[in-house]
Amino acid sequence: MAIVIEQPDAPRSRKGAQWEKRAWIFMRISGVILIFLIIGHLLVNLVLPERGVKAIDFAFVAGKWASPFWQVYDGLILWLALIHGTNGMRTLVNDYSEREWLRKALNVTLWVVAAALILLGTLVITTFDPCIDPNVHNYLPDLVCKG
Amino acid sequence: MANRPAGTLYRGKLGMWSWVLHRITGVGIYFFLLVHILDTALVRVSPEAYNSVVASYKTTIVGLAEIGLVGAILFHGFNGIRVMLIDFWRKGAKYQNQMFWVVLVIWVILMAGFVPRQLMHIFGA
Repeated sequence: MAIVIEQPDAPRSRKGAQWEKRAWIFMRISGVILIFLIIGHLLVNLVLPERGVKAIDFAFVAGKWASPFWQVYDGLILWLALIHGTNGMRTLVNDYSEREWLRKALNVTLWVVAAALILLGTLVITTFDPCIDPNVHNYLPDLVCKG
Repeated sequence: MANRPAGTLYRGKLGMWSWVLHRITGVGIYFFLLVHILDTALVRVSPEAYNSVVASYKTTIVGLAEIGLVGAILFHGFNGIRVMLIDFWRKGAKYQNQMFWVVLVIWVILMAGFVPRQLMHIFGA
């Protein structure tokens, strides 16, 4: 199939241009927010605790998600980072894929993966139940478990 | 060649290499993010499932790889600010080279704080 090179000065459709502009703005806004969120995430999980990465286990996560603050915090990272990353990958796919069907297939895959993981991650954060650990009262003594 | 182009914001020299590095670090962070969402999702399965997978993060090899991950994140983040300054600051394009070195200095300072701490955690008791 012949390769069609678009005229560089050919105007985009108005809708397409709007969408690209919004994506461009989103990358910058989410980028700034993510710098703060992720540096905080690294400090709280890897740097500040006495044993760093070695202190992370189910009890550590249960302790954090007992507070709505960390649920919202982690949910924000989930949404912003995944959309930011997916849109960045879309930029690379658009730059480097030469076959149109492959470009479309890769982009559809990217957004399907993003939607699936945002759904999964959001459900995990909102429906998390520390009571599935029989030893939960060793580290969350005030927690009330049903049944 | 008598008249080699001196390089522009995006061709040759630092402007281009910072752009290449931004893309490579971005892709690396993206794939880590996919894995990290999946491993964290195991807290919804059982404490044993989550603990056994997180144990791999505590091994020496992954602990060292994590230094690479944090390095990639810090570069991508601060170079991202440089990109925004090029976009929005009137003198951004003029000082993009100098700003690259500023990014690098900030990166070295933060890594100098993180690496010893992480090594302590990996190799400590």
